[in-house]
Amino acid sequence: MSPDVLSTPVVETAKTSDRAQTRAQAARRRKAIVYTVRVLLLVAVLGLWEVLSRAGAIDPFNFSMPSKIWDQIWTWMTHGTALGSLGEQIWYTLYEALLGWVIGVAAGVVFGIALGRIAFLADVLGPYIKVLNSIPRIVLAPIFVIWFGLGASSKVASAVVLVFFPVFFNAFQGAREVDRNLVANARILGASDRRVTLQVVIPSATSWIFTSLHVSFGFALIGAIVGEYIGATKGIGLLVAQSQGTFNAAGVYAAMVILAVVALAAEGLLTFAERRIFRWKPSDSDS
Amino acid sequence: MSADTSPAIELRGASKIFKTPSGGLHTAVRDLDLTVGRGEFVAVVGPTGCGKSTTLTLVSGLEEPTEGDVLVAGQPVAGVGDKVGFVFQQDATFPWRTVLSNVMAGPRFRGVPKAEAKEKARAWLARVGLAAFEDRYPHQLSGGQRKRVALAATFVNDPEILLMDEPFSALDVQTRALMSDELLELWEGTGASVVFVTHDLEESIALADKVVVMTAGPATVKQVFDIDLPRPRKVESVRLEPRFIEIYREIWESLGEEVRITRERGAAHVA
Repeated sequence: MSPDVLSTPVVETAKTSDRAQTRAQAARRRKAIVYTVRVLLLVAVLGLWEVLSRAGAIDPFNFSMPSKIWDQIWTWMTHGTALGSLGEQIWYTLYEALLGWVIGVAAGVVFGIALGRIAFLADVLGPYIKVLNSIPRIVLAPIFVIWFGLGASSKVASAVVLVFFPVFFNAFQGAREVDRNLVANARILGASDRRVTLQVVIPSATSWIFTSLHVSFGFALIGAIVGEYIGATKGIGLLVAQSQGTFNAAGVYAAMVILAVVALAAEGLLTFAERRIFRWKPSDSDS
Repeated sequence: MSADTSPAIELRGASKIFKTPSGGLHTAVRDLDLTVGRGEFVAVVGPTGCGKSTTLTLVSGLEEPTEGDVLVAGQPVAGVGDKVGFVFQQDATFPWRTVLSNVMAGPRFRGVPKAEAKEKARAWLARVGLAAFEDRYPHQLSGGQRKRVALAATFVNDPEILLMDEPFSALDVQTRALMSDELLELWEGTGASVVFVTHDLEESIALADKVVVMTAGPATVKQVFDIDLPRPRKVESVRLEPRFIEIYREIWESLGEEVRITRERGAAHVA
């Protein structure tokens, strides 16, 4: 029953299907070319790196080379790291980042919506939040290690402070920019202030909040890694620190590759959740 | 005066002054007197931007008058009352709710149990011809269909007072005529009092019992015309009747002058 179907001219079916086929072919060909060039580019960069490093044009001790990095990852996967199995390190870092992310997001959303809805709170707390936001929060990580020790809680804390602000500002903005008509309409229909907040402000702020969730998961990982780097007993950040301490450049790169994979996987999960939640939104896949 | 015999809506010397962002004062409505009887359909026409919409927000309780009194059923308006329905100019359906859920919103906000709200909502969706669309989201509907959802969502609350702020101005001409007819049909069963704001004089005559002409802003009542066209009316055909054209001329003489004033002001602004 979609309008597109109805508007297709019936008479020229043969001709249009012919054309459609050519067009689909061209599109497929273009896609194939894009993928091929993409892979070639990666191979070229890695190959160049490998060759230059082997030839001694760049110092292999400082810059390592792809084959060594892969060997390092492989060793970690098969024989475990000096700290225990690789899976355990990944899981530990992920656990800290996730916990910090959840707490930071929850606090950011609650504070953001509250300040966005209650002008009095916003007026009172506004300057303080600006001051806190202007502190480079990464310098808090050493303090958290002093406060909370080498365990997970100090990393969770640094993840929380990194995640909180972007989420807070987005939720705040989202709550401020709610369509006034929708609020007026809800009030006319009989909604109390609480209902307006829960059923109008929060749903319309979700797209703002989700924008910040993507960025902020990256921040949570940064918080956890930096925390581990400064002082920990487990985790990928510690792996980086140890590799650095033993002048093992390949180890540092290997940890980076692992982190990138973890971050991408998390991003994929988030996009999937977003698609489910925003079914009500007009999107490209809808038409 | 007892509450039963008092008019549905009464504005007495109502004024509304807004603070502008630059710190100045803007008088939207000045010393406005207006009475709407029970079950009466009143159309308010005036030049664009003269403050017609502000009048509606005063009656709805969304805004308070700076001066004067606003009474609904003999009682001063304090906040948004439960007798009022409001159809907005822009889309005000909730985009994250399905059509059915949108129409259920009013009763649910007012504490009606879910099953009963669903039943009422389905009945109104059927009356506006959207029974088959209850699972759709607003963005999947046409502009006219969304307006129907807004009408159903308003009527499902059984409003005694129906405020409409240029509700059909965003629709194309044919859809607008159709919606006007549907509005008249829906309204005739309810006995609600209607204030219908528009800048379209034809629309106002075709729909209303009484047409109120506003002055160029700040808005106040200039003249009131009774429309003696018989009901039930069909919007498309009634506008061809000689009596309609006669009324149109008569009102336009009054309205045209205000439109001219507004235009000249606009020109002065540009110059």
